[in-house]
Amino acid sequence: MGATAGVLGDGIVELKLRLAHLYPKLMNIYGDRGNILCLERRCRERGIKFEVTELGLGEKLKSKEHDLVFIGGAQDREQRRVAEDLVEEKGEALKEAAAKGVVILAVCGGYQLMGRYYRGAEGEELPGVGVFGLRTEHPGPDAKRFIGNVVVEWQGGTLVGFENHGGRTHLDDGVKPLGRVVTGYGNNGDDGGEGAVCGNAYGTYLHGSLLPKNPRFADHLIETALRRRYKDMEMAPLDDRVEERAHAAAVRLANRRGIISA
Amino acid sequence: MRRIAAIAAAKVTAALSQRLKMGGGTALPGLIAERIDPNIVPEMARRLGQGSVIVTGTNGKTTTARLLRGIVRAAGLRPVANRAGSNLMRGIAAALAQAAGLDGGFAGAKRRLGLFEVDEATVPEAARALRPRLVLFTNLFRDQLDRYGEVEYVAAVWRDAVRTLGDSATVVLNADDPSIAALARVATGQALFYGVEDTSRASEGLEHAADARWCSSCGSEFVYSEVFYGHLGHWHCGANCGVARRSPLVVATRIEMEPEGTRLMITMPGGDVSARLPLTGLYNAYNVLAAVAAAVALGIEPEAIERGLGAFTAAFGRQERLTVGGRRVQVILAKNPAGLNEVLRTITADGEEKDVALFLNDGIADGRDVSWIWDVDFDLLAGKVRSLTVSGNRAWDMALRLKYAGLDSLVEVEEDTATALRRALRATPEDGNLYVVPTYTAMLQVRELLARWARQPAFWETA
Ligand SMILES: [Zn+2]
Repeated sequence: MGATAGVLGDGIVELKLRLAHLYPKLMNIYGDRGNILCLERRCRERGIKFEVTELGLGEKLKSKEHDLVFIGGAQDREQRRVAEDLVEEKGEALKEAAAKGVVILAVCGGYQLMGRYYRGAEGEELPGVGVFGLRTEHPGPDAKRFIGNVVVEWQGGTLVGFENHGGRTHLDDGVKPLGRVVTGYGNNGDDGGEGAVCGNAYGTYLHGSLLPKNPRFADHLIETALRRRYKDMEMAPLDDRVEERAHAAAVRLANRRGIISA
Repeated sequence: MRRIAAIAAAKVTAALSQRLKMGGGTALPGLIAERIDPNIVPEMARRLGQGSVIVTGTNGKTTTARLLRGIVRAAGLRPVANRAGSNLMRGIAAALAQAAGLDGGFAGAKRRLGLFEVDEATVPEAARALRPRLVLFTNLFRDQLDRYGEVEYVAAVWRDAVRTLGDSATVVLNADDPSIAALARVATGQALFYGVEDTSRASEGLEHAADARWCSSCGSEFVYSEVFYGHLGHWHCGANCGVARRSPLVVATRIEMEPEGTRLMITMPGGDVSARLPLTGLYNAYNVLAAVAAAVALGIEPEAIERGLGAFTAAFGRQERLTVGGRRVQVILAKNPAGLNEVLRTITADGEEKDVALFLNDGIADGRDVSWIWDVDFDLLAGKVRSLTVSGNRAWDMALRLKYAGLDSLVEVEEDTATALRRALRATPEDGNLYVVPTYTAMLQVRELLARWARQPAFWETA
């Protein structure tokens, strides 16, 4: 048992999850805060303590001190600032964390930087961390940007969100996508894949924010992190009526848009 | 000959679409004029004796342009202006065609001044066509990322446009916004700065998703001694590389908020201007200051500026008051985090419980991506709202966001706009104030309903 999980009376364990939020000031372009708020709330409602550590430029990540890691999306200029720091200051720790099964969620720009490399519109290359076996290439300044609502079939249900990216992501052989695109573009607009999964690391282009409207996926992340730390864990269900309505409405709107643009 | 045909076609279409009640009748005639003669804008703009002014920025374009129009009139000039958010090239073409005679000339051409609100991404094209004598930049916030891709894209587009303006053009810049102030570095003509120096208006610090945090020159984080709203404030580069807020020439030295308006003291070379406007919120104080700064740059005297501001009536839909069924209704457009945060701060400022209706649509003009609501501090409403009605085709996204702000017990979701508006009115006590905060396309719907109901006092009560 870790030092932070104390035994209360009657042998009840005080549960706690610790999240590292990478570059909250630089990588926050598409309402990514919603993802943190969601994890925090869904833990708190179940009596699980939730601790967020924000790590900016120059600050080291310690893989042992976190159960979850989140990195969001950024604009190109911010992404360039982050790329080097991510590889130099946090890259080794991220790979260690991934190998140990720490839950990682990387969205949009963060997802791209977790691959092997990102090649920008002008051909300039940013090194990636290599947590995911994938590469992302921007076909050039005149290429179509993938913008719009997305619906994805994921093993645990439907995921819904919004994508906005110029880069095309291609997974290496043997790397699994997070899900199959029903509406939208996904990784590259070509092979029908969206996102990537590697152990407990998840990458995706979906924001919106992603987790509040996809409570099952949020719970999947929390449960994975809890089980890794506390073994046999059952999670109490929450009142998700508003979440389910928002999810259903977003799927409906995404499909309407899909039909119109087709 | 082609030009005459274009102008005539535009005039006929405008008359027709007004008769057919197609709305303001601005965009369609302009589109037709443009199709017949794509050169109509530069050719006609040349005939404006006083030249042209462009007003652009993320927030406050419409209100600022409206304020400036009033000032310019008070100074004895006759503005040719596009209206009501018709801020692409066709809106400019329509305004010019409608103001011109059939020969393409203007009556009283010597006193004619083009005054155009221009969409952020349309600035280069508009600047090429109009060759403006003045471009006013209000602020740059993240907004409609599904359309522009990124904030930096807009900044780059503006830099390119400013470079091509020529020495005789003046840029009027918000000193408190680092992204706007940076445009002075690429301007070849004069730059005039305006800013707020009433530090009692400062808020607690940068919002969590503030834009323009980093020095564009050396990349260090900006340090703020004061933050007024969004990333607007008194700033300097944390590494002291020399990039810092410049001392503005036109300064708001005192800003006093009142329940129904704002009192402002503005100092400038050659005198002071004091004004009381039926606009609330610090963002509107910035709009007034921007319009005054542009007027100063145009050489308008303080006395005319004061008269122009005095004659102001609230700009179309941006913020206006109506009485419907005995309730006072105020419609305030909000379409991005910085704007909505400031609206919420203004609504809740006096600490009394408010009735609020939020309308969130995801049309192209609203921004199709609604993620931005997660960057809004809805916690500001906690303990300060009596009723909270949520509508629009993204009503459930908003309801979920509000649940995270602890407001779920108050939220009434109704996707249909008219039904939601009726409910919000019913929830508001008689003689009370209802604050309606819509995105752009929702604003058009809400406004039409309210205008109709205001004329027929009992209408909104029928189901
Ligand atoms: Zn600097």
